[in-house]
Amino acid sequence: MLELKNIHKTFNPGTVNEKTALCGLDLKLNEGDFVTVIGGNGAGKSTMLNAIAGVWLVDEGTITIDGDDVTKLPEHKRAKYLGRVFQDPMNGTAATMQIDENLALAARRGKFRSLKKGITSKEMAYFRERLATLDLGLEDRMTTKVGLLSGGQRQALTLLMAALVKPRLLLLDEHTAALDPKTASKVLDTTQKIVEADNITTLMITHNMKDAIAHGNRLIMMHEGNIIYDVSGDEKKNLHVSDLLAKFEEVSGGAFANDRMMLN
Amino acid sequence: MPGACAQGLIWGIMAIGVYITFKILDLADLTVDGTMATGGAVCVMMMLSGHSFGVSLLAAFIVGCIAGLVTGILHTALGIPAILAGILTQLGLYSINLRILDNKANQAINVDKYNLLVSLRYIKGVPFYKNTILVVAIIIAILVGVLYWFFGTELGSAIRATGSNNNMSRAQGINTNAMKVIGLVLSNGIVAFASGLYAQYQGFADVNAGRGAIVIGLAAVIIADVIFGRIKGNFAFKLVSVSFGAIIYYIVLQIVMWLGLNSNDLKLLSAIIVATFLAVPYLKSHYAPKRTVKKGDNADA
Repeated sequence: MLELKNIHKTFNPGTVNEKTALCGLDLKLNEGDFVTVIGGNGAGKSTMLNAIAGVWLVDEGTITIDGDDVTKLPEHKRAKYLGRVFQDPMNGTAATMQIDENLALAARRGKFRSLKKGITSKEMAYFRERLATLDLGLEDRMTTKVGLLSGGQRQALTLLMAALVKPRLLLLDEHTAALDPKTASKVLDTTQKIVEADNITTLMITHNMKDAIAHGNRLIMMHEGNIIYDVSGDEKKNLHVSDLLAKFEEVSGGAFANDRMMLN
Repeated sequence: MPGACAQGLIWGIMAIGVYITFKILDLADLTVDGTMATGGAVCVMMMLSGHSFGVSLLAAFIVGCIAGLVTGILHTALGIPAILAGILTQLGLYSINLRILDNKANQAINVDKYNLLVSLRYIKGVPFYKNTILVVAIIIAILVGVLYWFFGTELGSAIRATGSNNNMSRAQGINTNAMKVIGLVLSNGIVAFASGLYAQYQGFADVNAGRGAIVIGLAAVIIADVIFGRIKGNFAFKLVSVSFGAIIYYIVLQIVMWLGLNSNDLKLLSAIIVATFLAVPYLKSHYAPKRTVKKGDNADA
């Protein structure tokens, strides 16, 4: 359903800061795939997600989602295909707006925004129902400004918003990395629940190898702007962290031993 | 004092325009220094050529919208930083304003010969329905009502989201550039409308009428924030409090003038007031933090 073909992206070309982030990347996702993405710093994981989301246009290559060529589409037009959750909990919600207002914005993702009411009372009931599934008590705080919520609450809300209108593809960019371990695992459980409930095709970047193995049906490892390892099915289920570390060391000559991702 | 009230109310309309860009969209739009003269110029020239105040004010609004559109395009389509885009439009408007005013620095409109909506002569000794304070208060009530409705719509919510979080808005499929342009258009339209009223009130349109307008608008927004910000109110309350902010600003100016400062000192005084009100919240959070203040934590809009 998602197909990346020969994607190239270089930042600051022609300057001392030139950085080739993606170099001939190919990736094909099947409907319902839940793919975890791992790789060291600067491997191009976030760059890949940003390329799909259209944060900027790629230098070369094509991106198709469900057969639609979106390579040249600006970010806001690709939004109708995508649900996104970011690493920084501040990024995924509008802090100065209420919980219900944020949900109402998400409910209109990919639709034309007219002069009709921003939230209808019918929607309110639906939002309340969906919020209750998070089990955070947010359904009783619908008019609270999102800026007053904790990071974990905000990430859970962002997840809910990303899936409120079922996206063709859900992009999770290390969405638990900024949370404490307990909250992170709760948000990850929520993620699993939401993805399974709607059978959403998902790309999830994580720094935690255990999570990468425990979740999803497929795992890809990136290095220097390309995919160097791609496992799925039983082979993935039987993976161990040590296997992944060995793979890392193989491609990078041991440099990953110092990487912040390690075991945690 | 009633004069200060009437002036404050008219500037309150202008300040509501500034509120849209500064608070809702988080943009400092300096175009208003130009549109605050343009609206008056358009309005007075239209009235001098025989149009009613209604048509003239509408024309002022539309011309203001166009000025906002220019700034919006400079900023979004051409990538010029918002402040600079506003300054460029404002500078260009100076020449345009002179053209509108028939190459004169000002054009008078006689309250005895023309049917004006507001005037400094309509403060005392006129039937109550002609009283400028009442008329402007009603206009503000209508304006606040319309804006309250608008910012509650799907489109209005998208504009608020854009000001609150650009990344999130795009991820939710909002064309943030278009929202910024709409906000700038609306804001400058309102400012030009206020300018049209102000020119009628004073009895003349002046090419320099907009000098420092942004500072007065900001002063009203900030005074409202400091004085009424703690009261939990809805969006309509926030807009009304902005116009009260403008009244307070004019009353303070009046008091200072009574204390012996002359009107030439007002600009300096305005600058000091705004700098102080802007600095206080920053210094407070910096040197006496009560709780961690994060960006976006403040509860407005």
